[in-house]
Amino acid sequence: MSATSDPHVHIRVQGLTMAYGSFVLMRDLTFSVRRGEVFVIMGGSGSGKSTLLRHLIGLNEPAAGEIFYGEESFTRADPETRERMLQRFGVLYQSGALFSSMTLLQNVTLPLGEYTDLPPRELREVAALKLALVGLRGFEDYYPSQISGGMQKRAGLARAMALDPEVLFFDEPSAGLDPITSRRLDDLILELRDSLGATVVVVTHELASIFAIADNCVFLDAESRTMIATGSPRELLAHSTDPRVRDFLTRGEESPDESRRPHG
Amino acid sequence: MLRVRLAGPWRLRKGLPSAEEVERALGETATRRVAFDAGELTAWDSALVTFLGQVLEQCRRRGVDVDRSGLPAGVQRLLALSEAVPETKGARAAPARVSFLARVGTSALAGAAEAREFLAFLGEATRALGRFSTGRARYRRVDLLLEIQEAGARALPIVTLISFLVGLIMAFVGAVSLQQFGAGIYVANMVAVAMAREMGAMMTAIIMAGRTGSAYAAQLGTMNVSQEIDALTTMGIPPMDFLVLPRMLALSLMMPLLSVYADFIGMIGGAVVATGMLDLGFMQYWQQTKGAITVTDFATGVGKSVVFGVLVALSGCLEGIRAGRSASAVGDAATRAVVSAIVYIIVADGIFAVVFHVLGI
Repeated sequence: MSATSDPHVHIRVQGLTMAYGSFVLMRDLTFSVRRGEVFVIMGGSGSGKSTLLRHLIGLNEPAAGEIFYGEESFTRADPETRERMLQRFGVLYQSGALFSSMTLLQNVTLPLGEYTDLPPRELREVAALKLALVGLRGFEDYYPSQISGGMQKRAGLARAMALDPEVLFFDEPSAGLDPITSRRLDDLILELRDSLGATVVVVTHELASIFAIADNCVFLDAESRTMIATGSPRELLAHSTDPRVRDFLTRGEESPDESRRPHG
Repeated sequence: MLRVRLAGPWRLRKGLPSAEEVERALGETATRRVAFDAGELTAWDSALVTFLGQVLEQCRRRGVDVDRSGLPAGVQRLLALSEAVPETKGARAAPARVSFLARVGTSALAGAAEAREFLAFLGEATRALGRFSTGRARYRRVDLLLEIQEAGARALPIVTLISFLVGLIMAFVGAVSLQQFGAGIYVANMVAVAMAREMGAMMTAIIMAGRTGSAYAAQLGTMNVSQEIDALTTMGIPPMDFLVLPRMLALSLMMPLLSVYADFIGMIGGAVVATGMLDLGFMQYWQQTKGAITVTDFATGVGKSVVFGVLVALSGCLEGIRAGRSASAVGDAATRAVVSAIVYIIVADGIFAVVFHVLGI
C-alpha cells in the first residue's frame, strides 16, 4: 500500500475488526489520519465510535487487523514501546475523568511528574500554564467536584496536553455541554491544533461540531457493521450518494418520505 | 356492527376498566365492524388509550373492522403513534430455560474463571511489589500515607470496641465452666492464647474487610465508572502501581499492628470479667497471662494478619477494578469484596491452622 511510505500519514488503521467476545461490533475498518488534521469518527448511537477510540489508544485490543502510528505498529508493539507511544497521546474522556481525589493542578502535574525530571516548582509552573491555556487560571487548587461540567472538560483537556502530545483524542467533547460552551470547546480544539501542530481525533455525533472542526472523517454504520464513508464531511454532504450518510449529515430532513410529507 | 359508547371521565387514577365486556360482545354476535361513540366522554388520559389498545388488538385478531372516527382526535393520534413502528422481531427475549446440569456447569466455569482472575491479579500485585522494592513503582507517597492513616489510626475505635467485647465474651463463657472446677484463673490463659493466636488477627481482618475492603471496592469501582482508571492506563501509569499497591501496602503494614493492639485490648476485656466475676486481682490476672503466652503465639497471629491484610486489599481492589460501569455495579462490587474477603480469610486461617499443627508451632 502506498500509504505506508506517505510521511503525511500519522495514524493508519488496517483491516481492524472490533469484537466483544464472539460479538463482532465492526469489521474491516481501514482508514488513515494525516498529520495535523482534525479527524472525526462519526456514526449513530451504538455504532462503536467510542470503542474504535478505545482501540486507537490501546484500551481494547483488536480482534483482527492492525493500527500504525507513523511507521510503527501499535498493535504489535512490546510493552515498553507501547508505553513510549502512549506518552505521545493525550486523551480527553467523555466525563473528563479527572482524578477526583486530586486538585486540578495535581491532576495536570501527574503526567508531567511521571515523564519529566522537572523540579516540583517548575512542574507547578508548567501545569499552571496548561490550565491557563484552557482558561482555568485561578482554579488550580479546586477539586473536580467543585467546578462545572464544562470546566471539568477543559481541565481534562489541560491534563491531556500536559506532555505536548502529538495526537489528541477527544471522546464526545460536546456531550452534556450547552451549545455555547461546546462551541467554545470546538474553537479551543482548533486553536490548539494550530498552535501545537497536533493531530486531533474526535469522536462525536454533533453535526454542528463536525462541520465546524473536521478536515476528514470516517462514518461507522451500526447496521452493516463497518465503515461506509470517509472523506471531508462537506464533500460527503455535497457528493455522497449513500442515503445513510446523507440522512445523518442532514438530520434526516432530506430523505424523501420525510420531506414530501405535507406539514399543516 | 358493534357500537362502543364511552362515557364519563377515563382517568388512570380511577383504575382501568376491563376490556372483557367488549370482548364478550365481539364474541357473542358475529360483528364485522366496531365503531365508537365518545359523545359523553368528559375527560381521558392514557387509561382510555390503553383500553382501546386492548380492544383494537382483539378486533385485529378476529378480523373485525374498526372505525375510529368516533374517537377524540388526540386519542386517534396517540393510537396511530403507538402503532407507527411495528414490534421489533426478536426483541422480546424468550425466557431461556436452562437445564439444571447446564446451570451447574456454567457456575463451575464461572468459579474457575474467577479463581484464575484472582490468581492473575495476585501475580500482577506481586510484580508491582517487585517494582516497589526496586523503587520503580509509580505511586504517590502521599497516597500511601493517606491510606496508612485511613487503614490504621482511623480504624482504632472500631477495633477497640470489637476486640474488647470479644475478650469479654470469651472470658465470660470460659469463666462459667472453669469456675466449676475452681480453675477460674485459667480464664487468663484461654483469653490470652485465643486472642494472640486466632481471634486478634481474625476479628481485625473481618472488621477491615467490612470497613476498608468495601471502601476500596467502592473507590476503584467509581473510578472505573468515571474512566479515571482508563485515564491512568493511557497515561502509561499502571493502575496496579498507582491504586492497588498503596492500598495493599497500607493494609498489610497496618493489619499486624492492629491485630497486636486487638490482642491486648481483648486481654483487657478478659481481665475485666476476671476481676469482676472471679474476684481475681488485676496483677494476678496479668501474671497468669504473661506465663500463658509466648512470643511464638504473637508471631503466628502477626504473620497471619499480614496475609489477611493482603487478601482484604486484593479482593477489594480486584472487585473494584472489574466492576461494571453503573451505580448498582459499584454496590455489587463492594458487597462481593466483603464476602470474598471473609471467605478468603477463613480459608487462609484454616490452612494456617493445619500448617502450624504440622510444623508443631
